[in-house]
Amino acid sequence: MAKALEAYVNELRETRIWRSVFRSGMGATNLHRALAVQQNIFLHLFSVKMRRAALNFSVTWYLGTLSLATFLILVATGVPLMLYYHPSVPQAYADMKDLQFVVSAGVFLRNLHRWSAHAMVLLVFAHMFKVFYRGAYRTPREFNWVIGVVLLLITLFLSYTGYLLPWDQLAYWAITVGSNIMSAVPLLGKKMRFLMLGGNTVNANALLRFYVLHCVILPLAAILFIGIHFWRIRKDGGLHTGEAKSHE
Amino acid sequence: MPVEKNTDEQERCTRRETFVKLGLGTLGVAGAGAAMFGYEFLSPNVLYEPSPITNAGKPDRYPQGTVTADPKNGIYVVHGPEGFYALSAVCTHLGCLTSWSPEQGLIACPCHGSKFNAEGVKTDGPAPRPLAWLRVWLSDEGDLMVDRSTTIPARQFLRT
Repeated sequence: MAKALEAYVNELRETRIWRSVFRSGMGATNLHRALAVQQNIFLHLFSVKMRRAALNFSVTWYLGTLSLATFLILVATGVPLMLYYHPSVPQAYADMKDLQFVVSAGVFLRNLHRWSAHAMVLLVFAHMFKVFYRGAYRTPREFNWVIGVVLLLITLFLSYTGYLLPWDQLAYWAITVGSNIMSAVPLLGKKMRFLMLGGNTVNANALLRFYVLHCVILPLAAILFIGIHFWRIRKDGGLHTGEAKSHE
Repeated sequence: MPVEKNTDEQERCTRRETFVKLGLGTLGVAGAGAAMFGYEFLSPNVLYEPSPITNAGKPDRYPQGTVTADPKNGIYVVHGPEGFYALSAVCTHLGCLTSWSPEQGLIACPCHGSKFNAEGVKTDGPAPRPLAWLRVWLSDEGDLMVDRSTTIPARQFLRT
């Protein structure tokens, strides 16, 4: 059975349609493997080869990959949630309750979104601690650390903007407190708060602005910086494994 | 003729540099304009927020020695021994809505534990300032009016 399936898949991979999509073709040589990575728009961000040591669990604890996984879960659960959610006052709260009690699988999607959001913040922090304590931020990877700090801020701001969307008491007062902390910024604080909330109080404008930030602007920014972050891993010589450098 | 060629090349470089400068300058002006445009667009010109002026009703609704909370408008109307006054119910720490506890005779904030007495003076917690005293006056109909947007110095009482 397994043999027959393998034969069928191999046959499929030789068809003209398959070959039009994946042009590198079959073959067990390193050239074919390298081409398969290089000719794929997603995989070509990564290097075609990596050190075996970089795959060891102890090197990274796979924390960066896990951060990406939670991000993908958040996109996959967040987009369906948008179909039942109106960012308006007071409809937002009712929609959140409908997702919990009325919409089929709504509570599953909402809870998965919520838990993944918590997990992502935790994993991004853990990833940064791991990179820091292993010294993986050092030359030539300093700039990728800076990209990582930007991604941390995007993660936290995604978390913060998502906090308001249920439009319950916790959300309302959390954003009231948070935006008042923001207004403590010297000179610009009050103006920044006004622009972020679109008014003087947490209100319909604030809910809509946070919704647009949460669902459009910040995810696009995250995807852009994640792309740069991964591409830089290849450009900076692969993952830091802690092995002695060849030129030393 | 190598000398002539050289000056010709130099001239072409200068011209190119001039155009680069012109282009960058134009982009700079356009960028500044776009920033102004964006700032103006993001600042709402009309706000549909509730009016800061509240009609608190007839003064005799408030017996002597009581603190009456109006959480919807975020104010307290107090009828103290020296007259009427109104306090903002918004905590001066981070903007949470405080509540009046008649049993303890104090105003308490649920967020970070600040406490105030009935004159808004802080007795405990992280609040940096006392609660704001708000402008209070009697309307022509004899109603007690409170303006949340205007603070007045503490201990200015309205006697009726």
